[in-house]
Parts: sequence; structure tokens; C-alpha cells
Amino acid sequence: MNFTRRETLFVGMGAVAMAALPVPALASVEDAIAAFTGGAETGSGGITLSTPEIAENGNTVPVEVSAPGAVSIMLLAAGNPNPDVGTFNFGPLAASQKASTRIRLAGTQDVIAIAKMADGTFMRASNEVKVTIGGCGG
Amino acid sequence: MRKTIAISSGAMALCLLVTPALAEPDEDQLVINGDLEMITEADAPDHLEYISTIYSGWRFRTDDTQAFQMDDFDNPAMLTVDKAADAYSTVEGDAGESCASCHGDVESFAGLGATMPKVDEETGKLVVMEDLINECRTERMQADAWTWSGQDMQGMVAHIGLQSRGMPVNVAIDGPAEPFWQQGKDMYYTRFGQLELSCANCHEDNYGNMIRADHLSQGQTNGFPVYRLKQAKLISRHNRFRGCIRDTRAETFAEGSDEFRALELYVQSRGNGLSVETPAVRQ
Amino acid sequence: MAEGVKPRVKVPKTASAGEAVTIKTLISHQMESGQRKDGDGNVIPRSIINRFVVDFNGQNVIDVTLEPAISTNPYFEFEAIVPESGEFTFTWYDDDGSVYEDKQTVDVS
Repeated sequence: MNFTRRETLFVGMGAVAMAALPVPALASVEDAIAAFTGGAETGSGGITLSTPEIAENGNTVPVEVSAPGAVSIMLLAAGNPNPDVGTFNFGPLAASQKASTRIRLAGTQDVIAIAKMADGTFMRASNEVKVTIGGCGG
Repeated sequence: MRKTIAISSGAMALCLLVTPALAEPDEDQLVINGDLEMITEADAPDHLEYISTIYSGWRFRTDDTQAFQMDDFDNPAMLTVDKAADAYSTVEGDAGESCASCHGDVESFAGLGATMPKVDEETGKLVVMEDLINECRTERMQADAWTWSGQDMQGMVAHIGLQSRGMPVNVAIDGPAEPFWQQGKDMYYTRFGQLELSCANCHEDNYGNMIRADHLSQGQTNGFPVYRLKQAKLISRHNRFRGCIRDTRAETFAEGSDEFRALELYVQSRGNGLSVETPAVRQ
Repeated sequence: MAEGVKPRVKVPKTASAGEAVTIKTLISHQMESGQRKDGDGNVIPRSIINRFVVDFNGQNVIDVTLEPAISTNPYFEFEAIVPESGEFTFTWYDDDGSVYEDKQTVDVS
């Protein structure tokens, strides 16, 4: 197998990127979702999760979630040591079922939002956020 | 897949090199609170020999990071500035004085932040904002000095600096300032540490390029103290200098050292013409 | 009470009846996650704001559960209906039992 220098660089970078992905705490994510939904199926649609494609620092990542008609929305960070992020419960004077906050992400991972709708159904949205690290390891 | 594994460690070393990518700052315009237009790009001051245009660090950040600074309510630095505003009018120390009892309204400091550091006429020493604050605290208020990078201190530096926000940076580099400025310039071009990097290697030769995942800026200091998302607090200029030199794997100078005062003057003078952005938000 | 906790709230001073208004809140808090270690390698215990509630004239707008993954200096933005003149109350609950409160009045013309 002969590689040019450029091919070598690209192939190698792919391997580095893959190695850098955190192992998601899958079991606890599914547990957290089950605790919220009571084991009900989650549908898609009717929920919009806005996150940066690339976060320059994982310590302060802006997120917005909107699910018209939801009673509550739970946020999860699948790759954090503890995937729980928070839950918005909307009261009668909420003008929309939409909220923004800033969250911590331990590394590149999926952010998940689950909305509990007024009719008892659940909707799910998920975005990957790439978290970069500083130039000098600092 | 096997071939990938075999060559990945070599590639990892290559990844540490600066790789050309997004070569330029973006074209976004910084307007704060919808009405305060900031100069984030200007002709380089005459003393700069190797670059012709200076850019605020804001122009090198992603849209999401930029947004933090575009509205004072979204800017978390303002929490610390609010506390400093309270401290400004609070009597502290044995002399029974507050900042306000001598200086009146904080707006009386408008313009000061744009011209610091400067040489004290009486002592002939180069002084930065932290020096002025601690001198007032210890001499006039007879209170304890604040630590350099503590949030009390940096909140007050930001509170006073905010009064000059939008004014162009205009520090003097001639006359009595000249030897300090020259000392700072020499430091800027000196390679430090096991990595043998000078400030200029990154922030002059390679701004706009990526160093690993970081989009290198010109290292301008017109927005300091800045709220850094990484530390989630206000960061002083000297703390940032220290971090950079540490990352070259060098023994660094201390915050509040004469070396960093000189470097502060020189780096600030590289931004002469950019708006004061204090307190800015960075990654 | 955690030291130096200070809320900031942005609410319009006036609104028309039934109008949806945007509210932003920010509070200074370390939000110590319980995941960090100190210089001696000991885990720094978790200390966060765990709940945030907004009411208007006694009726609920939003009730948020916060986990340690919420960033230092918690920030929230949301929309509320203002049916009549009255007062928003903002309440943050700290792990250590402290409660921080802010109030803002809105006039409906």
C-alpha cells in the first residue's frame, strides 16, 4: 500500500477523530428517558432543538428547545458523565413552550431533547455538537 | 481499517502543526445592544512592521460565541461588573472612603481605559489599571489590596474600562513610555519555552489559521478583562499572558510583574485604533 | 448561602393585555458539578442551583429543574403571557437551602 503524504494525513486524521469520540453512557441515557416517558415510545417532529454545530468551548454551550403544545421538555447530554441536564415545565402563563439556556458538554456528543405533549405522547429530537479544545491544550 | 491504525500515530503528530484552513477573520460587524457600533478592523498603527490590518479577537470567533457579546444582558461578565458597581460605592478600609467618595460617578473615568497602561509622572513607573486600583485601596482607603486576577479586582478593572467602551484604543508609546514599550516589544518577539514560540509566531505569523481546533486571533487585548467561556469568569490580561507562555512549556512571569506590565503596554499598542470592548466574551 | 449570588432579570416595564413578552434571567453561581477535584485530589462536592421558578401574580410561567450540566452563572430565556398588570417573581433554589428571589412589576396599559 502506498500513500501520498496528503492521503496519509487525511486517513490518520479520521482515526484520531474517531478515537477522540467519548463513549456514550448509553445505559443511563436510556434510563433517564424511560424515567421521563414511563417507557412510552417517542415520536419525532413537533420539537425543534437548536444547538451550535461546533462549540468553541464545552463549558458554556447555548441551546434552545421549542415544542409547541408541550407540557415539559427534558434535555440530556448523552456523552456527559451524568447525562441529565435539566427539565423545563411550562405553566399556564408560558407564552410558548420554548426556552434557552447554556449547558456543559464534556466533549463531542449528542444533545437530546424529549418533549412530553399535552396528550401524553412524547417527541424526541437530537443534535450532535462538536466540542473543540484549545490550541495549546489549555 | 488496518492501514489506518498503522499510520495514525504519525498523523497525530502532524495534526499538532498549524494547518491552513479558514484563512481570515469573518466579515461580521459587532454592534452591542443594537446601537453601539464597534471598530473591529482598522489600519495597523504605524509602529507595526509586519501586518497592515488589525482585527478584534471577536472577528475570529464562531457566531455562537460572538452572540454572547452583542447584548449586555447575554454577556455574563456583566454579573461581575454589577458587583463591582456595588463595591465602587461601598466604604471599605480604615479611612472610611469608597471609590465614589473621591471619584464621584464612575463615568468620570471615561477615556482612562483607552489610554492605559501609562507612565506615572511622579514615579516614572509604568502602571496598569490594577496598580491604580490597589494604590487607591491601600493608600487612600487603607483597605487590603486585591489579588491581581481575583474577581473583585477584575470586576473593577472591567467596570472602569467599560466607561471607555467604543472609544479607540490609544496608548502612548513614545516619551517616557518608550523604554517600557521597547521592553514589551522585545518580549513579544522572543521565543519562550521548550516549544520555542514567541507571541508573534502564533498571533502575527499565523492569525486566521487553525492551531488544532482553535482559530488563531491576533491576540489583541482591547476587550480585556474578558469573560472566558472556558473558565466562566473574568480573565485579566496578565493571566492570559501567563497561560500563553505556560503553554509554550516555559517558566512564566508572575501576574503583576514589571515584565508583564511592559508586555501589556506593547500588546495594547498593537490594538491602537480598535474600539475598547471591555468586557468582551471569548471562548 | 453561597457567596456573592446576584440575580439579573430583564423584563419589559410595560405590556399590552395578553401580550407575550420575552424574559431573560442570569444569576451568578459557580454551579459546582461534583465532578471536579481539588489540588489534593479530593472531589469538590456538588453545589448547584437545582430549581428555578417564575410566577406572575401567583400563576406559574415556568418551573425548571437544573442538573450539574447547566453552566456556571445559569442563564434562561423564555416567553410569558402578561394578562394584566402585576408582578413577576423569580425564585432560585440552592442545594445548600438558600433561596434567591427577584421581583419585577409590569404595567398593562
